[in-house]
Amino acid sequence: MTASIEPGSPVARGERPDAGSTADPTAGLASNVGTPYTTPMSGQTERAAYLGMPGQRPPRLGFFTDTSLCIGCKACEVACKEWNLVPPDTGPSGSHPADLDELRSMDLLGMSYDNSGALGASTWRHVAFIEAEHRTGAAQQGEVRWLMSSDVCKHCTHAACLDVCPTGALMRTEFDTVYVQPDVCNGCGYCVPACPYGVIDIRPGDGRAFKCTLCYDRTKDGLTPACAQACPTESIQFGPLDELRERADRRLAQLHAEGVPEAQLYGRDPDGGVGGDGAFFLLLDEPEVYGLPPDPVVTTRDLPQMWKRAAVAAVGLATAIVGSFLGRR
Amino acid sequence: MIDAKLRGAKVIHIDPRFTRTSAHADLHVPIRSGTDIALLGGLINYVLSEGKEFREYVVAYTNASVLINEDYRDTEDLAGLFSGWNPEQEAYDVTTWAYEDAELAAPSAGLHDVPRPVRRGSSEHHGGAHHKATAGGDRYGSGGPSVSAGAARDETLQHERCVFQILRRHYARYTPEFVEQVCGIPRETFLEVARAITENSGRERTTNWSYAVGWTQHSVGVQYIRAASILQALLGNIGRPGGGILALRGHASIQGSTDIPTLFNLLPGYLPMPAGPLGTSLADYIAPDAGVTGFWGDMPHYIVSLLKAWFGEAATAENDYGFDWLPRLTGDHNNFRTVLDMVEGKVPGYIVAGENPAVGGANARMQRLGLAKLDWLVVRDMACIETATFWKNSPEIESGELRTEDIGTEVFFLPVASHVEKEGTFTNTHRLLQWRHKAVEPPDDARSDLGFFYHLGRIIKERLADSGDPRDAPIHALTWDYPVHGPKAEPSAAVVLQEINGRGPDGQLLSSYTQLRDDGSTSCGCWIYCGVYAEGINQAARRRPVSEQDWVAAEWGWAWPANRRQLYNRASADPEGKPWSDRKALIWWDGTRWTGKDVPDFPPDKPPDYIPPPGAKAAAALAGDDPFIMQTDGKAWLFAPAGLADGPLPTHYEPVETPHHNLLHPEQPANPAAMLYDQPGNRHHPVGSEVFPYVLTTFRLTEHHTGGGMSRHLPYLAELQPEAFCEVSPELARERGLSHLGWATLVTARSAVELKVLVTQRLRPLRVEGRDTHQIGVPWHYGPNGLATGDSANDLLSITLDPNVHIQESKVLTCDIQPGRRPRGPELRALVEDYRRRAGIGS
Amino acid sequence: MARGRRRERDSMVPAAEFSSYYGRPILKKPTWKSPDVPVYLWVGGLAGTSAVVAALGDATGRPALRRSGRLVAAGGALAGTVALMHDLGRPERFLNMLRVIKPTSPLSIGSWILTPFAAFASTAAAAELTGIAPRLGRLAGWGAALFGPPLASYTGVLLSNTAIPAWHEAHRELPLLFASSGAAAGAGAQLLITGLTGAGGRERGPMVRLAVAGATAELVIGEMLEKRLDRIPGDIAGAYRTGAAGRWNRLARGLTACGGLGALLAGRSRVAAIASGAALAAGSLATRFAVFEAGRASASDPQQVVAPQRARLAERGSHSSAEGSWLATENATSPAPRT
Repeated sequence: MTASIEPGSPVARGERPDAGSTADPTAGLASNVGTPYTTPMSGQTERAAYLGMPGQRPPRLGFFTDTSLCIGCKACEVACKEWNLVPPDTGPSGSHPADLDELRSMDLLGMSYDNSGALGASTWRHVAFIEAEHRTGAAQQGEVRWLMSSDVCKHCTHAACLDVCPTGALMRTEFDTVYVQPDVCNGCGYCVPACPYGVIDIRPGDGRAFKCTLCYDRTKDGLTPACAQACPTESIQFGPLDELRERADRRLAQLHAEGVPEAQLYGRDPDGGVGGDGAFFLLLDEPEVYGLPPDPVVTTRDLPQMWKRAAVAAVGLATAIVGSFLGRR
Repeated sequence: MIDAKLRGAKVIHIDPRFTRTSAHADLHVPIRSGTDIALLGGLINYVLSEGKEFREYVVAYTNASVLINEDYRDTEDLAGLFSGWNPEQEAYDVTTWAYEDAELAAPSAGLHDVPRPVRRGSSEHHGGAHHKATAGGDRYGSGGPSVSAGAARDETLQHERCVFQILRRHYARYTPEFVEQVCGIPRETFLEVARAITENSGRERTTNWSYAVGWTQHSVGVQYIRAASILQALLGNIGRPGGGILALRGHASIQGSTDIPTLFNLLPGYLPMPAGPLGTSLADYIAPDAGVTGFWGDMPHYIVSLLKAWFGEAATAENDYGFDWLPRLTGDHNNFRTVLDMVEGKVPGYIVAGENPAVGGANARMQRLGLAKLDWLVVRDMACIETATFWKNSPEIESGELRTEDIGTEVFFLPVASHVEKEGTFTNTHRLLQWRHKAVEPPDDARSDLGFFYHLGRIIKERLADSGDPRDAPIHALTWDYPVHGPKAEPSAAVVLQEINGRGPDGQLLSSYTQLRDDGSTSCGCWIYCGVYAEGINQAARRRPVSEQDWVAAEWGWAWPANRRQLYNRASADPEGKPWSDRKALIWWDGTRWTGKDVPDFPPDKPPDYIPPPGAKAAAALAGDDPFIMQTDGKAWLFAPAGLADGPLPTHYEPVETPHHNLLHPEQPANPAAMLYDQPGNRHHPVGSEVFPYVLTTFRLTEHHTGGGMSRHLPYLAELQPEAFCEVSPELARERGLSHLGWATLVTARSAVELKVLVTQRLRPLRVEGRDTHQIGVPWHYGPNGLATGDSANDLLSITLDPNVHIQESKVLTCDIQPGRRPRGPELRALVEDYRRRAGIGS
Repeated sequence: MARGRRRERDSMVPAAEFSSYYGRPILKKPTWKSPDVPVYLWVGGLAGTSAVVAALGDATGRPALRRSGRLVAAGGALAGTVALMHDLGRPERFLNMLRVIKPTSPLSIGSWILTPFAAFASTAAAAELTGIAPRLGRLAGWGAALFGPPLASYTGVLLSNTAIPAWHEAHRELPLLFASSGAAAGAGAQLLITGLTGAGGRERGPMVRLAVAGATAELVIGEMLEKRLDRIPGDIAGAYRTGAAGRWNRLARGLTACGGLGALLAGRSRVAAIASGAALAAGSLATRFAVFEAGRASASDPQQVVAPQRARLAERGSHSSAEGSWLATENATSPAPRT
């Protein structure tokens, strides 16, 4: 099947109409960042071209989060909760509030300006703040550095949560995003330890598993996900994954050329242990500094071996029992 | 900022704290709070001593060549004071600051104490105690004070009394070493900044300075901006693309609230509020400006059109267009004076709309003590904020200073519509009016401010309909006939905007303020907004994306005046009318008229070589190469011969509260003209007090909005920054035994608060005068109500004001910090009292 | 500017460690409840083994083993089902487990093992208790015996098919460990019951052999598991040796060793047989608690996640070469290839 991109559409061009005009001092911006669908300046006015014609399969959609552009405003966190009606959350350290009064005891986590703590059932975007010293570059070594990064569900190509879900509540959408059907999930919790990124979680009081839906209810209608729409610096970029990967490669090359050798792409590579992430990142330090696993592997990769072992164990058990009955007495 | 960086701009961030902005800057320059004039003066000195100024621009477009009165004496001559200081009045007589041979006229409204004909050539109405009390520096409108265009000049800039040489002498001692000593900025860092701004200024490049309240909220706040203006004018960065000095506003439409002001001393469009007793005539009011040179000479058109907009048919030439119905300024009526008057029981009622002074006002304790003395209080807000509940849960109730049963204030809390529940415009930093559509109806009884005040006015008019009292005449005369619509009878904001835009003789909507007349034939609610409804179209509602137009984006919203995106853009071309460079072209003279990418801020058909005939008035009196058309002399003022209450040039003064002595003028530590309101409850700390050894600077968090009414009550925002805290350096934490996430008590002569401690290397001690100066950062959003709570930083502040515009010094004070929580009950005041006693401060 | 500035550790916004984000876990702790899940794991082994024992007891003319095996199998199936349902966030949706059959989901497969097992085991037990339809009971007994060993071993896959290092890295051993532990538990339970009911030596003999074999295997495989984890960076084995898991583990080994030895040496002593059987069953339960707690501890420790992955990257010269999911091309849950 082919992705349905109309020739000449903004998607196919991969840039805004005015990009490349040499007389325009803003040229260069548009070719570096910005999704064809949404920009802070333009807002979104049209249905995205990726929806294509009826019957055609849409392209794989995803996020490219360029943390070098993240200003730590947390608009993504709030926009996500607003759109998806995610309840307030005290973060992993706190009691999950049943009503607003309990929110009064919300914790100051002391993790720089991060008071959300981590992704969870009620935090689908999480902005990390890392206070550290520059480790590279003689000029900057030892100076204060403050990294910010908006984390999200990775929408893995090989998604462990989806693989292990016994009810089929977790499904892959036509955009190849990973989605939990809340009317099917029975809260077995298997997806929780299966996720190599620690994203999905059970919401206390509700009992079901929740995570980023990549705003399936918006993408279906050709709208940009709430977080990307709200991001004022286009740190969160949304679009067809192929195109995001190309854009990320350009941005990485640009940063390397500008003397930012520590810039690296995370989750971009389709050869990775999860087959590449539908939501991937440009990081300015090692993944673990941001709380990301450096080399995650989908657990089901080893599942054939496990089933073989289980079969051996079962046969062994049966044999042992039979054997124990073989004696005289 | 990210956009600028992606386009290759170098970003330098100057801030006491390493913030989210610093994180993306190419260079963060930590500075001791309150010393920016030393830094800017250092940069000015660098420019002048290295010859880095944009000489052609400076000679042609600034007043660098003008000679100053020979009686003028500088702070460098008088140990920190300019000539004209009157110690009794604590104010300046500005006579000696005048241009040589200049005729100084009093500004409009006559800041006279007694009505009388303006004496031309006299300068006594600039400056002086009354000028200071009425924030006169804020009241010159877009034109600034009037001076003669016919001053003596030396275009070689060599004359020892020319502005350029005065400037050079004034800033000669602001060396890199001086900057390092005062600001705590290492010499190398300073030079890096200096090189960056000079290398990025000139014909081909421009530098922009952007600031927020970190510059304005100081006892020398206006002089900060003046210092930046001087620097930018010397570098040729005004009126050109990528240049300028941008005030980054802290709330939506705060620019709008000065354009159509909520200030005591201004009328819409920066027309001054009339002063003196009733009976002063319109002629007296406009005399100082009527017919002077520069566009402000058209000011009579604006005030008469304003009066016609307000009073309609009732405003006639015979009754001075109702001029006498306007209230008169009798002295200091700024918000803080009003609060202090409240404390003294002189103010019966108070309407608070969309503010939370019990949390957000400097010296919040005084604010609350004042509220407790009112007869009635109206609070209009989206959430039940501290200002509405001070009578039951303020710190004063907790400490026992106030008892609920003793407070007689009747409080009316009225719910309001949020910005998505009402229509109207925002006007922000770049003077851009953007129309907002209503998305949903406000819930329950919530009403827009427009609806509230419209119906309040309507009811008052109805109640007074039969009144014969002359003081009700303005109410009778007021036009108040806005159509209402919808289930809540909301008045049409579009019709209000049309009234602001103005109408001509036959009722048609005007397109430009140049159409306004002083003969009563036109009406206009705010002359600078004239044209927002040009051609009968709501220009503010335009939303053409930048991708569909050029980078000026002239069809997004509407910018005052006349949809100009860059003020004074005549300066983007050289005196002959050619752009200084192709790269920085904005407008130019094409041989017959001014044209270009932006709307020219200049008469479109005035050729560059135009020389005004003798006796020309208003716009006609400015030459073809006078870009600063609102100034009477058409020039950018490096030296301000009038208009400022605290000196013609910015000079380094320490903040009113500082751990350090003034290295430059030991005899004159702080701004002598600053307004201190030294009285019980509002005491200041001695310079260098060992009891209050640390610098405190307040700041805001992205996650919260001002006093918290719009954020601390919202779970999604509250959870992001749930609790009041302070930021301290690891060094200070060690010195005082503070622990990360532990409690600290901060004490000043005003109050004590407790905050969680965030120990972070984003704060660092600065070497000043050879010792470490510690700075503490405190976000000021918090109070007891809502979901995100904590003590209010503003309890710590004093009321200390800049003399020009009466803005509070909230970005720098001194304090003590100790580990642990603050005392409860009466012991809280006892603790503060003990500190005051130890510091030798009265109660 | 800050060059050479002394770092003030311990007392500030903690400087981000190279290996983690404020020491926070990378993985989510399993939300599975305790004791529900450890008990479920345990009864799977217990009931699965008992079902086979019952069938063989039936076949070899050992009515006491048949009877108690059927009852333990049925009771275990019931308890396991209850534990599984109770652990769900939405117990009323338990049957959603049977919407699909997913080989990628051990819990799905487990549900499809548990369900017929429970049906067979309860039928057999009902026949045993009522005496009605003994042939059906025998048939059902064989049915339960067929599903018993998978029930005992699949739980090893259930745990190891997660991202938690202490479980996943032990995926070669866990099914074997749980099966042998199940054998020990099943044999222990029969020793206990036959001891209490005073069944003859002929009934007890196979159970002694099974108990000794199971206990020995459990101890050996447990040791192998830790040895394997010792070879992986990040001290994953520590998850089994310290904290709650370490305490359970030591208890499990002690009980299993004593139970195994006791069973071997008990001879005709009923008391010794009862004690040994109880020790073995309890040791098996403790093993499940140990493994469960090790997983919780492992999930909370970012070092156990990062260190092995870092080592893996270093080994590959940081060149990524993982082959991805084995189901990448066939399974509908992964994206179909695009052309």
